[in-house]
Amino acid sequence: MSNIVLKNIDKFYGNNHVLKNLNLTVNDGEFMTLLGPSGCGKTTTLRVIAGLEKPQNGIITMDGRIVVNAKELFFEDPGNREMNLVFQSYALWPHMTVFDNVAFTLSVKKIKKDEITHRVNDALQRMRIEEYAKRYPSELSGGQQQRVAIARAIVSQPKVLLLDEPLSNLDAKLRVDMRSEIKRLHHEMGTTIIYVTHDQIEALTMSTRIAIFFEGVLEQVDEPMKLYQNPASLKVADFIGNPRINFIDGTGTVNTDGSLTIDSIVGQMTFGKEHLTENIPSAGKFPVVLGIRPEKIEIVTAGTANTTTGAIYSVQPAGADTTIHVKVGDEIIIAKKIGICNYPIDAPVGLKIEPDHLNVFAKESGKIIKTAVLEQ
Amino acid sequence: MAANEEYEDSELSFSRSRRFKNWLKNAFTNPYNILVFISVVALGILVVWPLLQMVFSTFQLAPSEAKRVHGTAGEFTLYYWQRLFHSQVSQNMLYKPLLHSLLIASSVSVLSILIGSLIAWLMVRSDLPAKGFFSMAVIIPYMIPSWCKSMAWISTFKTSRIGGTAGLLSYIGVTVPEWLAYGPVAIICVLTIHYYAYAYLLVSASLRSINSELEEMGEVIGAPRLMMLRKITFPLVLPSILSAFILIFSKSMGTFGVPAFLGMKVSYYTISTMLYSNIKQQQTNMAYAISLILIAIAAIVIFINQRVIGTRKSYATIGGKGGRSNVLSLKKAKAAVVIILTLFLAAAVIMPIGTLILQSLMLKLGDFSFENLTLHYWIGKGTPDIFNSEPGVLVNPQFYQVLGNSLKLVVIASLIATFCGQMIGYVNSRGRHLFSGRLVEQLVFIPYLIPSIAFGAMYLSMFSKARTVTVFGKVITLMPSLYGTFALLVLVTAVKNLPFSSRSGTANMLQISTELEEAAHMSGANFLTRMARVILPLSKNGFMSGLMLIFMAVMKELDLLVILISPKTQTLPYMAYSYTSGGMDQYSNVVATLMFLIVFLIYWIANKFFNADISQGF
Repeated sequence: MSNIVLKNIDKFYGNNHVLKNLNLTVNDGEFMTLLGPSGCGKTTTLRVIAGLEKPQNGIITMDGRIVVNAKELFFEDPGNREMNLVFQSYALWPHMTVFDNVAFTLSVKKIKKDEITHRVNDALQRMRIEEYAKRYPSELSGGQQQRVAIARAIVSQPKVLLLDEPLSNLDAKLRVDMRSEIKRLHHEMGTTIIYVTHDQIEALTMSTRIAIFFEGVLEQVDEPMKLYQNPASLKVADFIGNPRINFIDGTGTVNTDGSLTIDSIVGQMTFGKEHLTENIPSAGKFPVVLGIRPEKIEIVTAGTANTTTGAIYSVQPAGADTTIHVKVGDEIIIAKKIGICNYPIDAPVGLKIEPDHLNVFAKESGKIIKTAVLEQ
Repeated sequence: MAANEEYEDSELSFSRSRRFKNWLKNAFTNPYNILVFISVVALGILVVWPLLQMVFSTFQLAPSEAKRVHGTAGEFTLYYWQRLFHSQVSQNMLYKPLLHSLLIASSVSVLSILIGSLIAWLMVRSDLPAKGFFSMAVIIPYMIPSWCKSMAWISTFKTSRIGGTAGLLSYIGVTVPEWLAYGPVAIICVLTIHYYAYAYLLVSASLRSINSELEEMGEVIGAPRLMMLRKITFPLVLPSILSAFILIFSKSMGTFGVPAFLGMKVSYYTISTMLYSNIKQQQTNMAYAISLILIAIAAIVIFINQRVIGTRKSYATIGGKGGRSNVLSLKKAKAAVVIILTLFLAAAVIMPIGTLILQSLMLKLGDFSFENLTLHYWIGKGTPDIFNSEPGVLVNPQFYQVLGNSLKLVVIASLIATFCGQMIGYVNSRGRHLFSGRLVEQLVFIPYLIPSIAFGAMYLSMFSKARTVTVFGKVITLMPSLYGTFALLVLVTAVKNLPFSSRSGTANMLQISTELEEAAHMSGANFLTRMARVILPLSKNGFMSGLMLIFMAVMKELDLLVILISPKTQTLPYMAYSYTSGGMDQYSNVVATLMFLIVFLIYWIANKFFNADISQGF
């Protein structure tokens, strides 16, 4: 178990600046997910932590011990960082049996044979693949290979377990199983885990905290539900959530008492100072964007007081929930209801929006200026 | 900048000396750097130095010529170059042989490509029957060394006037014109029969890799077959045709065996045979100057090649896998095509092998009657009236010694070349985007530029005397004199084959995902452990097939070694060559036949067990 601190990390590939002044602290025992679209630098960050890439700037410490000091060109060997990595491709050695793959780390460390056998069997058992010990990787299914890769990484009891998109090569059903498997593993072993994914569901469901990246810049680090309810910027808000968040343009006015009034197609709302962030301009009128999660929009009978009137555009029932597109003026607003429901197309409806649960962003900076009241 | 301030604030102080120490440590412990360092130093010593050495010695007066030109040995001179380019002997020493070489090289390339591409097209795109048999038969010429073919040629066509005894045709009463038995026509024919296989292998690989959808697209548009062939297929295989041209051109420019067998007797010299005879006459510096001309021509040709097809090469691999394509029906022409192909193969394959075997069984050359057949040259005890009691090859202890020598050379040199090739392949594959990786790639390519006989000359120049330096009065041997040793043969063979072995090594290493190595690195394995337990075991198959290819090439190597071999270090091809030079053709044929059997056996093993692609081997 270990805490990892990254300070001012810069990474270039030629002229390509892939990590831009990255600062991140991963706490002891945490399940930290690095999330972002492809090419955002999350895998590079993981490889920098692992020691497979050398950053041009910055310092990395583990429990206070320096493992990277780029200015002094000090880079601890990956093998001495007490970490292990599960590759996206699994990178199982095709010429070794499952047992030998898992035993490799221990045999390199010159551990006694019977202890190796004991610990390998333990790891295989933990991943529930002990019956495949004598097989070669090519004789296993994708899900089984995945388990071998994890067993290989945990057998040496690393202080930090790094996982690079481990579920992306699995089919949808297996992915759900493996998610719970990894979460359970984290709970049982208590190891610090750093997990890279582009899949927001994986990030939201498994992590204790999420670090979200765009184009080499760390945009926000927060607990999953906080990140979901109060995304720091329009980019984060847009990336997180399915179906995606509704963005509605409006105009914001800062009142003399410091409160904020918003005008938009969903009506006028005023928010007290306690909900506002420091990103808000001090006075005047400015363009804003409202961010409203689809599940926070209630569909009621048209004409109900304090609602916005619209017309049903399309209805997509999916069993567990139904996604409804509603046309308000020229804009489409997406609402989501639990369970099955149906509306005739073009029927007029009212949209009830709870001001407490919406976010407001300054259009210019993209930063959040009004936070939602958190639900636990 | 906020970022910098934060850095200054941190508890870490920056130390220049620590930075320097870490820089040194990184530079000297990084396995990639170590491999690059070793490769660059080794290639520098084994390739660049000998080349420069050879260049320098052409400007240095040798003791033997010092008196003649009233100079002192070792002083700077333009004597050799002047003599070569502008003197009474220039015509015979340089211009005529150069013209001969260029004539031979261009005719051979054009003919080989015509024949090779045609067969390739028949094999890949037409409904030729018995493709399995033909595809095996057409590459057999690649396994018979070209000088074996020239021996077969002589025994078929030679006339009693020049060869002393009559060849097969003269014997059965056909008057063979002299120009057919020896000289340019003979050389061109024999080399074409040899090199068409190269064109065939390259072009057919390219034809196979073309996605037939490209042609089917043409078909959809409604283009006639012949137009498609011209407008779609031909441009797509053009890069491979051009590279076959370059390959064959530079190979036949530098080839020694065939022009030696078929030209020297009638004083028809090419640049490579001229080089050889200069060395035999102790005119080594002249020989080096001639070598440099050969190297320059090869380099120019390859440079043009890269200019012309460098950019176009890319689409030779379009489509990658290719697909099942509809073959073109030969219809009525089928029978005729099969007959012509069979006749050609008979001439290219059966005739040389048949003649070799037949002649090895003839007591007296030129007498093709049944009574003349004997196993004397195979297993005879040796009688005083036949070649001074020279025993039959299989009962001659010297043969076994030479065979052992050959096998030892082949095994050791190909192991070294293949192993180094894998290591250089590792550097090339991991450093593809780095200057260091490309530098090694370029350096290792140099031996490819140098024709075999010139390469041999280069090593002769380099290792004929020990290289020493005197430091504080002490003499330190940098490089011992290796002339006449077995080690020199191993060295020259291994280095000459490095371009091939490192090419297959690179392909091999590129197939091994870097993540497999990184996974081992994460597990705490150091470089040697990663090599021993992950990379080398995974490259085993590629290693073996690369080894087999070099094995075959080295087994039949004559050009490279002919000027370096001493009586103690003979190899099979050299033994055959010296038997022929001594007029003992039957012995030579026995040796050649045995050698062909060995090469064929290796090919069979390589193909059967290691899936080797022989087009990688040249």
